[in-house]
Amino acid sequence: MERDFTARGNHDMGGLTAGEINKKEHDYALWEKRVDAIMVLLTNDLKIMTVDQLRKGIEALPPDAYDKMTYYERWISSITNGLVEAGVISPEELRSRMSKMSSEYIQEEES
Amino acid sequence: MPQFTVGEKVRVLSQWPPSPPIHCRTPYYIRGCPGVIERYCGDFANPEELAFGRVDPINLSLYRVRFKQLDLWKSYQGGISDMIDIEIYENWLEKI
Repeated sequence: MERDFTARGNHDMGGLTAGEINKKEHDYALWEKRVDAIMVLLTNDLKIMTVDQLRKGIEALPPDAYDKMTYYERWISSITNGLVEAGVISPEELRSRMSKMSSEYIQEEES
Repeated sequence: MPQFTVGEKVRVLSQWPPSPPIHCRTPYYIRGCPGVIERYCGDFANPEELAFGRVDPINLSLYRVRFKQLDLWKSYQGGISDMIDIEIYENWLEKI
C-alpha cells in the first residue's frame, strides 16, 4: 500500500512510539482556568471562534513549540493567533499589552 | 443523504487536500486503509471548513467505520478479530 509519509502532522501521533505518560492528577493554575473561560466566551457567547479554529491553530504550531508547550499554552497561542487573524485584536495592541503586563509582573516580583 | 450504507466496504482517501492552508481531521494512520461502514451517525457541519470560520459550511454525512487492526499496522501482534472504530466524514471515503 502506497502511503504519503510527508502528510502526517506533528500532532497526529496515533501509532507512534511515545514516552512515558504522567498520569498523576493535578490542579489547574488560575491562568489555565482563565484560558478555558476565554475560549468558552469566544465560542458560546461571542461566537468569534469555533473549537475547530482552536484545533487548527494548535496544529499549526511549529513542531518544536507544540512539543514543548503545555496543554493550555497551546490553547492560548491558538486563541491569540485566531483573534489577530480575525482582526479582533491588532498585533500592536497585543504587543503593547504584553509589554505592559510583563513590566507589571516584574515590578510585582521585585516588591 | 448518506451515500454509503451499513456493511459497505470503503477505503479512506490517502490524498492530502490540494490547496493549503488546510485543516485535516482524518488521522494519518488510517489514510489509504480499507474498512466497513458500521453506522451512519448523521449529517454535520464539516469541521475542516469550520476551522477557517466559514459561516455557511455544507453539512456532510458522518460514519463510524470499522477497521481490522491487522489492516492498519503491518507488525500487529494481536488477534485477527481485533477491530477499531473511527468516525470519518463522507468526503474522506471511497467505495471499494
